[in-house]
Order: sequence, then C-alpha cells, then structure tokens
Amino acid sequence: MSKLPVTLFEKVWNAHLVAQEPDSPAVLYIDLHLVHEVTSPQAFAGLRERGLRVRRPEKTFATIDHSIPTLNLSFPIQDALAAKQIKQLEENCREFRIQLFGMKHPKRGVVHVIGPELGLTLPGMTIVCGDSHTSTHGAFGALAFGIGTSEVEHVLATQCLLQRKPKTFEVKVEGKLAPGVSAKDIILALLGRIGVSGGNGHVFEYTGTGIRSLSMEERMTICNMSIEGGARAGMIAPDDTTFEYISGRDFAPKGRAWEESLTRWHQLPTDAGATFDKSITLNAHELIPMITYGTNPGMGIPITDRVPDPAQGRDGSQRLALEKALKYMGLQPGESLLGKPVDIVFIGSCTNSRMSDLQQAASLLKGRTVAPSVRVLVVPGSQTIKRQAEEEGLDRIFKQAGAEWRESGCSMCIAMNGDQLEPGQYAVSTSNRNFEGRQGKGGRTFLASTLTAAAAALTGRITDVRTMISE
Amino acid sequence: MNDIDTDQIIPARFLKGTDKSGMGDHLFADWRYNPDGSPNPSFVLSKSEHQNSKILLVGDNFGCGSSREHAPWALRGFGIRAVISTSFADIFRANALKNGLLPITVDAATHRKLCVLLEESPEMDFTVDLATSTVTLPGNEAVQFPIDGFSKSCLMNGIDELGYLLSFESKISDYEARDSS
Repeated sequence: MSKLPVTLFEKVWNAHLVAQEPDSPAVLYIDLHLVHEVTSPQAFAGLRERGLRVRRPEKTFATIDHSIPTLNLSFPIQDALAAKQIKQLEENCREFRIQLFGMKHPKRGVVHVIGPELGLTLPGMTIVCGDSHTSTHGAFGALAFGIGTSEVEHVLATQCLLQRKPKTFEVKVEGKLAPGVSAKDIILALLGRIGVSGGNGHVFEYTGTGIRSLSMEERMTICNMSIEGGARAGMIAPDDTTFEYISGRDFAPKGRAWEESLTRWHQLPTDAGATFDKSITLNAHELIPMITYGTNPGMGIPITDRVPDPAQGRDGSQRLALEKALKYMGLQPGESLLGKPVDIVFIGSCTNSRMSDLQQAASLLKGRTVAPSVRVLVVPGSQTIKRQAEEEGLDRIFKQAGAEWRESGCSMCIAMNGDQLEPGQYAVSTSNRNFEGRQGKGGRTFLASTLTAAAAALTGRITDVRTMISE
Repeated sequence: MNDIDTDQIIPARFLKGTDKSGMGDHLFADWRYNPDGSPNPSFVLSKSEHQNSKILLVGDNFGCGSSREHAPWALRGFGIRAVISTSFADIFRANALKNGLLPITVDAATHRKLCVLLEESPEMDFTVDLATSTVTLPGNEAVQFPIDGFSKSCLMNGIDELGYLLSFESKISDYEARDSS
C-alpha cells in the first residue's frame, strides 16, 4: 500500500489501470460510456466491419441531443441528414443492445445533463463520450473526458482506452461569490487568465472554499468548460453535497451497495500533502460578471471593462489574433460592451440548462417582458428538467415574458438543428464556445452566465445584472 | 495563426454524415469559400499551387475545441499527411495519430524560420521522414521532431490501435473479475 499522498486524479487513474507496457500508453478501463448520434455512427460501422460486439452494453448509454430539433417534434425531421443519423443510432442501439434515451423517451436530453441526472455519473468512475464537454462529469470526482470516434469504437469493443497519463493542475478558488456573480463567471475568469491552451496536457482539480460552497449544478458548469482551457479533464472531489445529489437517482446504488459506495467515495479526495504539477488561485469574492468579447472562450473580460486594444498584445501573434477577433465581432478597441444591443439571447446547453439556471432566469423575468428587439430561446437540458420546470410554472413565466420555451437539446450551442444565428447577428449565450460561426455561420457570440443572459433578454443589450438585482 | 479550433477546420453543419467520406470538401469551409459558395481566392488552400499540398504549417494550439475526429478526416480527405506546429490540442493530436495524420511539433524558433521560408517561397517543398523523425528543408537542413515510440511504431507498421487493445483480452477480463468482486 502506497504511503505517499496522492491526488484525486491519481487515485482514479491508478484504480483503472488494466495494463501498461514500456514506452506505451496505459490501458485504462472505462466504467461508463455515453454515446450520442453525431460521433458514433462510424464507430458502430467499424465494429460491424470487424464482426465485433459491444463488450459491455450495460455500461453504455445513448441519447439524441446534437441534431434533434427543439420544437415540438413534428415528424419527419426536416433535415434529411440529421434524420438519417438519428435513425442510424436507433438501429445501432437495437443491434448492439444498448439502452437508448431516444426521441420518445421521457428522460432523454443533452448527454452531459442526463448522465448525472439519472445517477449514471458517480464519484471515482472513468467516464468517456465522443464529445469534449464530457469534462462536466468531473464535478462528481469522476475522471471524465472527451474522445474521438475511433476511440468510441475502441471503448465499445474493449471497454478500454489507450491514454497517456496527464499532469495535474490545481485550480484553487477561495471565498464566496458576490450577488449577481455566478459559477460561470469563475470559469470564464480562469480562462481569461490562462487562455485556451493553459491547461494542455493537464487535468484540473478545482479546490478551495469557493468550490466547496457551490451546488452540484454550479460545479458542473465549471467542470464543463475545463476543456476550453485545453485541460484533458476537470475534477472536483466528492463531498456531502455530491452524495446528497446522487442519493436515490434511477441508476444510483441503493441499500447496502449505497453504503459500500459511500465508504469508497470518502477515500477519494486528494490526500493532505499531495502535490500538483501546476497551480493557480482565484479569489471568488473579487470576481464580477464576465463576458467574452472575442472568438475563443479565453477572450473574456469583466463586464464593466473595455474591449482590449490589439496594439497592447504581448506579441505579434496575440496582436494578430485580437485584430482578427475584433474584426469578426465588429468591435472597436477600448469599446465598452455595456449597452451593446444584441439580437438573440440563448439560455441552454450542457453548461447552463439545469433547474437552477432556469430558476435564476425565471426569477429575473418574472412579471416582466423581454425587449421587443431581442429573440430569447430557453432550452432546458433534459425532458425531465422541462417537466419539472413546467410543474413549477417556469415555462409560463418565460412565455409570458415573450421568450420561446423549447424541448431539450443542444440547440443553439452548436447550431446543428436549425436553432441558429443569421450572419452578423449578436447573441448573449449561456453556452461554452464563441468560435467564429459556432452558433451559425457569421454569427457573433458573447458568452456569459445565466443571470447576465437573462438581464440581456430584458434590456435587449449587454447589461450588468447586478444593477437589476439590487432593485 | 494560433488557436485554430476544430469548428474552423470543419464546421458542425458537416458532421451529420454516417460515414467518413467527402470530408475533404468541407475542410476550413467558412474560410475557403465565400458566402455564395465560390472559392475565396485569398485563402491559402484555395490557391492552385496548394491543391496537392501534403504538409500544413499552422500556429500554436492547433485543433483546440471540439473533439470531432471529422477534423483529421477532413485534413486527410484534402490530402494533408502532416501538420507542423509549436503545439497541438490533446484530443486533436490523439485523433490525428489514429488517422495517419502526423502532428509534428517544432520549437518557436524553428517555426518562425519555416514561416519566413514559406512566405518567401510559397511553393517550397519540405520532406518529412518518420523513420528518422526529421523534417528536411531545402538546403538539406534537418530538424528533429519528437514522437513517442508507440505512436511511431503504429504509424510505421500500420498497427491498428484497436488490434493492440484487443490483445489485452485476458487482462481486461481479469480486471473485470476483480472489479465486480
């Protein structure tokens, strides 16, 4: 038994090592494999070609989220390619005996929303999916990361993955968030500091009082965008908040298995004295609402700051990158973003589409109407969340405010289903990527928290939500 | 240009297929083509002298963002066999190696030199030799690039990673027996 103190990441990594040959990647066992329609068809085709079966269908769960429409599904789906892709997943799941939360399933939804919601995501697990926001599940103390389609095929066939061991990066967050400041602002602030490649080759572990005080949904928001900093994964050690969230969910362990799991999970947190390869500290109480101005998630500023001047870039590359970003976004150096009119507000995506997001947005929109100049989409993360929101009357609040209330799906985050920006349109979005054309060719995205997005919905402009909540 | 993300390499609207074909046509679609669908003559891959290019020189952190393996499929579909940068995003690098697309990492000084050389002579040829892990420039100057032994062996010998994983069958079964006890 090792007496050396080790991190949460190393505990989970070591526990899943099947084999490692010299000068070769490790063979890592995968506890949970989540699948969706876009990155799986070629993987299943590969299995078929080789005459292989899925090794562990009971550890494999599929859903439809990326290209599914969010309007009350009227068949057939207009987009023939999307319809074919969805049908392919249905056939694949039937043939390989994988549980599918399909079109008509009452618990279907965005893959990184339903995993935790169903109690599939558990502390100490290794979890993969053909989608980079798999890092979301790290909020439960799981080692969860995105993989490509070839690796999807590998996991289907062997329940294992070849992986080089990443390094560790402690992200310590101390203090409490001020009113109007959200978990989303924490991760946007981190990305602003380290950039989109700051975490390359590392797994983040988020620690500190500023993390412990967060709810599971807030922790998921942060872990979700770990990939935007280039990190392989982002983890938060499980605690009573985690166990309370998981307890009683559909696939969570029950009875004696629950007690045994709890005992194991209590061993997971990083040992005192364990060291990380890198570290950074953020003070939560110093943060204010953030907003991105540019074309990657690291190009963000506090909402009261001005757009940076490319001439101040630290080198030629950065100057060029900022110039290109500002040109695409139609912004001027030194411009204040506050008051900038926007065309669309999108509240949704695996980053921010859970009950607490909807409750926050509804609390701001209640009894008010959205600005006539703006189109507002509210897309719940799952059909379960949709029903719960409707039981609480949140849908009535959104509709009475003039916002569109949709079925669940990835929707405008990736704009594969018809929910998209027109060229030149500006959106304030609670999603995770503001790359050129991400939300629609020529579309221009400002990433922000749910509260900031709700504020923009009311005014039709980029707004500091703190001015609204002190009323 | 740094931080080229996979949404630029292949926009999401081209991810709706169920096979790998035709991806090369959509490589850098929103930079390569004007809104009306005509080729954008100022984009490097639209130029006639680069239609058969096999090596791409790019900025830092190439392939960041989405895990879509469609990105290396699109690059391979166009005909690119190797990409040279100062760094690659983790998921993209792993995906590339699985598709016979060689990610070559060079230091900043070498990268600058290559950029200058290419600007002076856009039709210049480099030679990439995986066996010796070198990129050879005109004038026979050779630059070494790092590649781990396993990836090199897989590429040189056409070893399929799934085949390698399947060879661990008994260890995987042992693990599962231990895990469920």
